[in-house]
Amino acid sequence: MEKIHDTVIIGAGAAGLTAGIYASRSNMDSVLLEKFVAGGQAALTSFVENFPAFPDGISGYDLMENMRKQAANFGLEMKTAEVTAITKNKDVFSIETKSEEIKSCTIIICTGVRPRKLNIPGETELFGRGISTCATCDGAFYRNMEVAVIGGGDSALDEGIFLTRFASKVHIIHRRDKFRAIPPLVRKAEENPKIQFHTDTIVTAVNGVNSVESLSLKNVKTEAVSTLKASGVFLYVGLIPNTEMFKGMLELNKQGFIITDTNLATSVDGIFAAGDVCDKPLRQIITAAGDGAVAAYSAGKYLEMLE
Amino acid sequence: MSKPIEVTDDTFQATVLENSLPVVVDFWATWCPPCRILGPILDEITDDYAGKAVICKVDVDNNQALAQKYSVMSIPTVLFFKDGEIKEQFVGALPKDQIAAKIDAIL
Repeated sequence: MEKIHDTVIIGAGAAGLTAGIYASRSNMDSVLLEKFVAGGQAALTSFVENFPAFPDGISGYDLMENMRKQAANFGLEMKTAEVTAITKNKDVFSIETKSEEIKSCTIIICTGVRPRKLNIPGETELFGRGISTCATCDGAFYRNMEVAVIGGGDSALDEGIFLTRFASKVHIIHRRDKFRAIPPLVRKAEENPKIQFHTDTIVTAVNGVNSVESLSLKNVKTEAVSTLKASGVFLYVGLIPNTEMFKGMLELNKQGFIITDTNLATSVDGIFAAGDVCDKPLRQIITAAGDGAVAAYSAGKYLEMLE
Repeated sequence: MSKPIEVTDDTFQATVLENSLPVVVDFWATWCPPCRILGPILDEITDDYAGKAVICKVDVDNNQALAQKYSVMSIPTVLFFKDGEIKEQFVGALPKDQIAAKIDAIL
């Protein structure tokens, strides 16, 4: 007879790996599916200072590698596979990947988010040729040059401040007049003499041949257009939930994040969601990990109810 | 497991440009998170393509002339060479099968 797992976890970021730790430690027959490599967005973070129990901070890569090892130590089965379809027959889900079909009584969705793009002229052509989404990686290439950071959240300001180590000037371009970033970060940026703010301003094009030379800007209040000379552009314009395949299946909010109850149950019995992919006020590594624990516990309770 | 060949400003010509096999060159640095994600994937590819393609790494901190010559402004940047010419390239970490497909296309 075909094997039916207790739970299939989709996505191996902080939420998925923690769900995996909790599920496998409580002897649930669990499989974790990840389309790329374990670690999620957190593994791309150069340095994590706010995850408890690391008083000196830890690199995002090392933190996530530790989580992966911890899950593996409890015997969690991890596979590299992209889920292509999910169907439910009575109380059993079929999870299809490119190479196989896996059956499970519950699913924990931890597919996370990805960086938003601007979809403006020049963005695709000049990506990696002056346009970057990783200031830690690429900041050092812009020693004594002018760069622009686009966005108004914590990441935009944090990375903008970081870039002042290298760049002669950092232009922070934000489409509103108020910043979403936490006040101390905004203050720190305002006090930095190398940072110049361009608020109420959007970027309409990135210009250059083979490398970034300038940005086309437009003030959304006055409609005034201008050109800003810059050799580098760093994008921090928000996040898109990876929920395209759940549209029409699960209840999502307007932005596409999955709506859950306090037990992290979704609108479909047996499907739970955890981490950044959920509709929630704070998206951090610690909140994703917390979600993973709750979702695994809830999936376990649901299984008891089925039996 | 084999490791990619560490190439420098001095050895690039002989190892990459004059190689009779296709050569994959990863421009990277120790402190770049996506480079660390790509590292183990390229280690596996080095084994998979032994004898068919050569996988190399250039540390951009120690080999700035090369990074400049190839206008590397983001890392990781991966260039695919054949007969001394760039045939394909990408920026950022990619899954193994996508990288393999790019090598297969120039074999």
